[in-house]
Parts: sequence; structure tokens; C-alpha cells
Amino acid sequence: MIVIIDYDVGNVKSVSNAFSHLGCENQLSSDPEVIREASGLVLPGVAAFGYAINALGGLSEVVKSVALAGKPLLGICVGYQMLFEKSFEYGEFDGLGLIKGQVIGLPADKTVPHMGWNLVKLPADMDLLKGLGSKKHFYFAHSFYADVKDPEAKVAYTEYGFDLPASVQKDNIYGCQFHPEKSGSAGLKVLQNFVEICKKENCDVD
Amino acid sequence: MLTKRIIPCLDVKDNRVVKGVNFLNLRDAGDPVELGKRYSDMGADELVFLDITATIRSRKTIVELVEKVAKNVFIPFTVGGGIQSVEQMDELLRSGAEKVSVNTAAVNNPEILREGARKFGNQCIVLAIDARRSKNTPGKWQVCIKAGSEPTDIDVVQWAVKAEHLGAGEILLTSMDADGTKTGYDNQLNKAVSSAVNIPVIASGGAGNCDHLYDAIVDGGAEAVLMASITHFGNYTINQMKEYLSAKGIPVNL
Repeated sequence: MIVIIDYDVGNVKSVSNAFSHLGCENQLSSDPEVIREASGLVLPGVAAFGYAINALGGLSEVVKSVALAGKPLLGICVGYQMLFEKSFEYGEFDGLGLIKGQVIGLPADKTVPHMGWNLVKLPADMDLLKGLGSKKHFYFAHSFYADVKDPEAKVAYTEYGFDLPASVQKDNIYGCQFHPEKSGSAGLKVLQNFVEICKKENCDVD
Repeated sequence: MLTKRIIPCLDVKDNRVVKGVNFLNLRDAGDPVELGKRYSDMGADELVFLDITATIRSRKTIVELVEKVAKNVFIPFTVGGGIQSVEQMDELLRSGAEKVSVNTAAVNNPEILREGARKFGNQCIVLAIDARRSKNTPGKWQVCIKAGSEPTDIDVVQWAVKAEHLGAGEILLTSMDADGTKTGYDNQLNKAVSSAVNIPVIASGGAGNCDHLYDAIVDGGAEAVLMASITHFGNYTINQMKEYLSAKGIPVNL
């Protein structure tokens, strides 16, 4: 069972709808026990960083320990940004620190927010982005981005005046700056890939 | 490269999509969920649903509509019409909308933009402006509220700049003069606003053919083009529009 962490932010329902559409059992929950029992975790997020990290509250330690124990974790948008060490959106906030890097504002020489469908180059070795060819459009909506500084993280980029990190993978920890749940068939394929990753991971454990 | 967006707009009244001319003479254009799904399947980049009745009774209907759309449509959609508070924004975002648009409430209480942005991030907050050419001052536009029925003395460009500072992440800019006429967007208006702000401007009102879309992007500086009449009544498919733009060198998600 995939558990979508329900912590008072915007898009939890959309993420759940997308998994349901794929025929994948999923549950919204903020119960630490349910979270620990999940086959995989999704940390969604349509919110400002500070609001989101406060709303996650004590669950952040649960998510962190479960992820460090090897359970697949997928962060989406602000949920993805929270995987990093720090954010500077409307203040300064600590993230979960699972991936090295900071969340900073997009350069002001481009239209901000970065909003719409942008082409992501898909490295062949990123499990989450498999089966989609070498590049695809995904839907982005954000004003801050993660400056990834982790040598252990694989990164897929899009172009927005510079190479903007669009998706990362570090061991069992996955993240998308774009919204797979709102990126049409390509986005649904990304979520399907995450379902497969969770299945595989849990078979290996058993 | 970030692509320019094609956004069908669904004006909703009593659970039906309707479309008028200059905000009047509404015609029925179908079921909102079905139409939304069809546009998504056809390759629309985004959808906008506007509750044009925006009464207390219609609030409940629109939340139910958002829930239904969100179960069937996996592209972003914005919901607007009659939103008065951050709590109402929250309800719609939770129900599956990606963004909310505010118009009258933001004019009456600009702080709603700041509060919304602080809570949800500015990418969720769309400021809708209904703009009418000023009769007294050429080259200026006035902000109209309450579905266009009430003109104010607020200047459109100044309002857009202020709204960006407060926390609006996008401007949905409708020309009331051009709306539903199919004679082209008001690109003087689009240019005046898009060059004054750093957030995306969605051009709205007046699309009649593919050239109009191109002009709004190139001459008007729009990041996205919104249309209703020309898609609802079958003049063009989304794909035809995108292929046309692509052939003229505009980046689109084909």
C-alpha cells in the first residue's frame, strides 16, 4: 500500500486520484503507524515551504527515519524541496536534509514563477523516469528550486535560462520538482514507475 | 524550453458550460467534466473553470465539480469565480484544483493575495483582471469587478504591478471589449501588463483564429492564451492550434 502523507497541504487529493486512476491502492494518512507500514511513501505539497514544513511537524522525523531505513519515498514539488537541507522561501527553514542542497529563489531575469510545461531530459539510469524516451514535457509551477549539491544524487534537468533540476534520485529517495499528477500521460507513467519501484523494493525485503 | 500554454476556459453556470459575447448572451457548450476531460485528452495544457454565477448556492456545486474534474483530468486546472477567502481557496485546492483565481475579492481586499501566497505559494494564486478600455484616457484600461458589471477607477497596469508584489503568481487578463467577439486579443493591453510585471500573463478575450494566438504571444508578450468560443464550438482543435504555432516557431507541448 502506498501512503500519501496527509499534512494539510493542497494537492494530496490530486496525487491520490492519480494513483487510483492507475489502479494502485493508496491511502492518505498522517498516522505514524500507517506511514511505517507503507510499501512506499509520497510526500506531496502545494504550499509555501515554511507553511509546509511546519504543517508536517513531528511527522518529519517519522518520514526521515522510514526513508533512511530504505523505504521508497517520493517527494513532489514542495514535498520534493523538503527533502533538501534548507529553504529560503519567505524566510529561512530547515528541510529534512535527506539530500544535500538548498532551496533558493529562481533568478529574476526570467518570468517567475516558472509555470507551465517544460522539456525534461531523462537520463537512462533514473528508475523513476524509465520508459519515457530521452525527453518529455512535464508541468512545473514554482518560484524556488533546489540547488542540488549531493554527489550521490542523480539529477534530471530542464532548461530555464540555466540547467534547472527537475527530478532527483538518491538511493531509495526520489523527488520531482514538476507535478507528475498533473503532467498528463507522461506524469502518470512516472507515478506508475514509482509503484513498480515500491513493489520491487518490498519483494526484495520479503 | 518552457512552452507557451493553450488554455480552454470553461465558464460554468448551473453545472453547464456556457459562453457569451462581451459577457452577455450566454450559449450552452456542454457538461463541464466531459468537456474538461475531452480537452485534456486533446492535448490542452491547462484548464480554467470559472463559476460565473458565484452565488452562495453555487459554491457547493463548484466544489463538487472540482472533485469530479480532479478524478478524471490529470492536467492542471484553475478554479475561480466568487472566491472570497483563504478558506475557500483552501477548500478548492484540497478538492484537486491546482490554482485558484480571484478578482473582486482581491480588489476589495488585496491582502487576500498575500495571505494566499504565504499559505499556498504564489504559484497557486491567479489574479483575474477584467479590463475595459478607458473612454476618457486613451491607452489606459480600468479594472471591472463583479463579473464585469461594476467599473472601478483602478488602473489595470498599476493593479497588476501591485498584485505581483502582494503575491499573485499569474495574471489572467481578460479584455471585456474583445471577449467573445473572435476579432483578436487586445494586445496593447496584454503588452502593457506583460511588460510591467515579471509573472506570467494569460491573454484572454477575443480569440477567433490561430493568428490571434500567435499575436498575443509575440505582440502581447503572453505566456499563455486562453480561449472559449473557438474551441467549444469546434472551430479549431487544440492540436491544430499547437501545430500552427509550432510551425511559426513558438515552443509548444505537442
